[in-house]
Amino acid sequence: MYKIVKKKSLNPTVTLMEIDAPLIAKKAEPGQFIILRVDDEGERIPLTVAGYDREAGTVRIIFQIVGATTEKLNHLEEGDYISDFVGPLGVPTHTDGLKKVCVVGGGVGCAIALPVAEKLHELGCEVHSIVGFRNKDLVILEDEFKACSDKFIMMTDDGSYGDKGVVTAPLEELIKAGENYDLVITIGPLIMMKFVVKTTKPYNIPTTVSMNPIMIDGTGMCGGCRLTVDGQTKFACVDGPDFDGFKVDFDEAMKRGAMYKAFERHAHEDTCNLFKKEVE
Amino acid sequence: MPNMSPNKAPMPTQDPNVRNKNFLEVATGYTQEVAIEEAQRCLNCKTRPCVNGCPVHIAIPDFIKEVANGNFGAAYDVISQSSSLPAVCGRVCPQESQCESKCVRGIKTEPVGIGRLERFVADWHNAQTDIEIKKPEPNGHKVAVVGSGPSGLTCAGDLAKKGYDVTVFEALHLAGGVLVYGIPEFRLPKSIVQKEVDTLKALGVKVETNMVIGRVISIDELMDEYGFESVFIGSGAGLPRFMNIPGENLCGVYSANEFLTRTNLMKAYKDDSTTPIMHAKKVAIVGGGNVAMDAARCAKRLGAEEVYIVYRRSEEELPARKEEVEHAKEEGIIFKLLNNPVEIIGDENEFVTGIKCIKMELGEPDASGRRRPVAVEGSEFVLDVDAVVISIGTSPNPLIKATTKGLDTQKWGGIIADENGLTSREGVYAGGDAVTGAATVILAMGAGKTAAAAIDEYIQNKNK
Repeated sequence: MYKIVKKKSLNPTVTLMEIDAPLIAKKAEPGQFIILRVDDEGERIPLTVAGYDREAGTVRIIFQIVGATTEKLNHLEEGDYISDFVGPLGVPTHTDGLKKVCVVGGGVGCAIALPVAEKLHELGCEVHSIVGFRNKDLVILEDEFKACSDKFIMMTDDGSYGDKGVVTAPLEELIKAGENYDLVITIGPLIMMKFVVKTTKPYNIPTTVSMNPIMIDGTGMCGGCRLTVDGQTKFACVDGPDFDGFKVDFDEAMKRGAMYKAFERHAHEDTCNLFKKEVE
Repeated sequence: MPNMSPNKAPMPTQDPNVRNKNFLEVATGYTQEVAIEEAQRCLNCKTRPCVNGCPVHIAIPDFIKEVANGNFGAAYDVISQSSSLPAVCGRVCPQESQCESKCVRGIKTEPVGIGRLERFVADWHNAQTDIEIKKPEPNGHKVAVVGSGPSGLTCAGDLAKKGYDVTVFEALHLAGGVLVYGIPEFRLPKSIVQKEVDTLKALGVKVETNMVIGRVISIDELMDEYGFESVFIGSGAGLPRFMNIPGENLCGVYSANEFLTRTNLMKAYKDDSTTPIMHAKKVAIVGGGNVAMDAARCAKRLGAEEVYIVYRRSEEELPARKEEVEHAKEEGIIFKLLNNPVEIIGDENEFVTGIKCIKMELGEPDASGRRRPVAVEGSEFVLDVDAVVISIGTSPNPLIKATTKGLDTQKWGGIIADENGLTSREGVYAGGDAVTGAATVILAMGAGKTAAAAIDEYIQNKNK
């Protein structure tokens, strides 16, 4: 059993929790994920690590309430326990030796992008952050991003906060203005990542994307999280979740992500490991 | 005077048309009377060839003699000297190619139903409530076991009986490995696996779930920081293989691992389950092993109207246990033998609509000794299905190899270990599918036993 030591609502549909898991806190790195089960009857859902405190022995998760499991999780309070919390899984985001990086986050994906930006900042890398949300009410982690970014740009779809538009617009402007990024790291909805890659490719700027497909075990056992990268089948849980964005087949990934939509509609409101939905 | 009946006492089973709609155990087991009757078919011959057919050398005629005399407790004691998981092996061992294949009675008639008797004895034992488990005297030495499948559980049990302080680390939320995520309830009830795990706990074994060794703790840390003097790696062969044919990533194509994990471990078979699974109407299972049979029979039970086994060789080469093939046929599974898939076809939304196969014929024997299937040119046809389950085997998980320096592995990923299970690292042993690639429960159990003995010797010598 794993204790919830902190719970904070970031906006009406997004919640932050800190979970007492000292062994995982000791090892976790940005880009890695955990799998949790709320209770004995629950399903396993993957959530990317949103932070960790090695001394306090806690791991931070940030999730959007999209369906049965996240709803159930959100009903728990500080001091309550969840039955399973396993990790850290996946390969950490590559952060060494980078001089200038643009981090592009979308929606709840920003929660995962933040520890990557913080780590880069800590390592002395120049960090530019572009974050996008649907509207002002959904904005999260603005101060935290500002604190670790040399340049920070806020975008909303409806213009209710920051600049109006999608994240790729300022990204392209910055590139055109001569910002020589070693790497662009993007984390968010598949469609957003697909267009970030479309933006960076003509300039040949290496771009890392964080894939979050449907997953069960998270250890390479089921193959449900497979995707096509450079024509080869890869497992997001053990080969990723980070991949070279130029090589990922996004269209296939989007279709696979929608596999259980009908089930969700008919059977339960949501019972699926669709992290994709959580970052929308 | 032995019972000279030419046939094994039949195993009572649920009616095929009832059981293919439920997940209850198919075979319901011998009664005491039938067990005694079947045990009397054993000639108790001097040469005891059956014992050599058993990978862990159970003293088969001895336990059968006890059954024939009605001494079921004594029979259990005989079995448990060699096997730690009799209730499991009695159900899932391929007896027809092991002990029973060597039985003298089998030369002219049916062999003695050794597997059925083993199961009977184990079930009888498990039904006794007054059996007390004595915790052995601790010897003060710590051993870590990675993985709680058949090899890990066996190794842990043997070491615990010798007084070792054993901790089993399991990556999933439930102990049992393939016995819980893979083999379905109707073939191996999960309560039986739980009982084995509970017995180990009563012996003092600690079971830590949710521990992905290699990520949360490395093998080196187990030894250097956590004080384990030796580690046994029984992490299995969990990585599914795919065929690398077009259409394999369409929606509705599963690895057998995913399909079975959703169904068994995640309980998709229960009506009130929140685990999503496609309740397909027509399903093709690619492969011919036990896992393929399990997947086919699960698909049927989940409500599929037509379930096909698509296998590129003929019935004779099917690697599955004979009983599973028979049960599958009785339940209405359709065997499309000598057919090889070449492409999976999908609709505009990339959901599966069919599987294109090519007919095969058998040519000359290949390296495995089986006749090599050869494609018949121009014989392609499409089988209409809405789900495909790929069940063509698994490889060892690369995580431990990738995070353990100096641990040598084969090119295909199997950990290299000697006949005692010793790896290229001192104090680190391995066994089961992690070493051999996908094999049977009993072979994994045997490897766990061998390694337990070697670990005991290693630690005792080191501390002399």
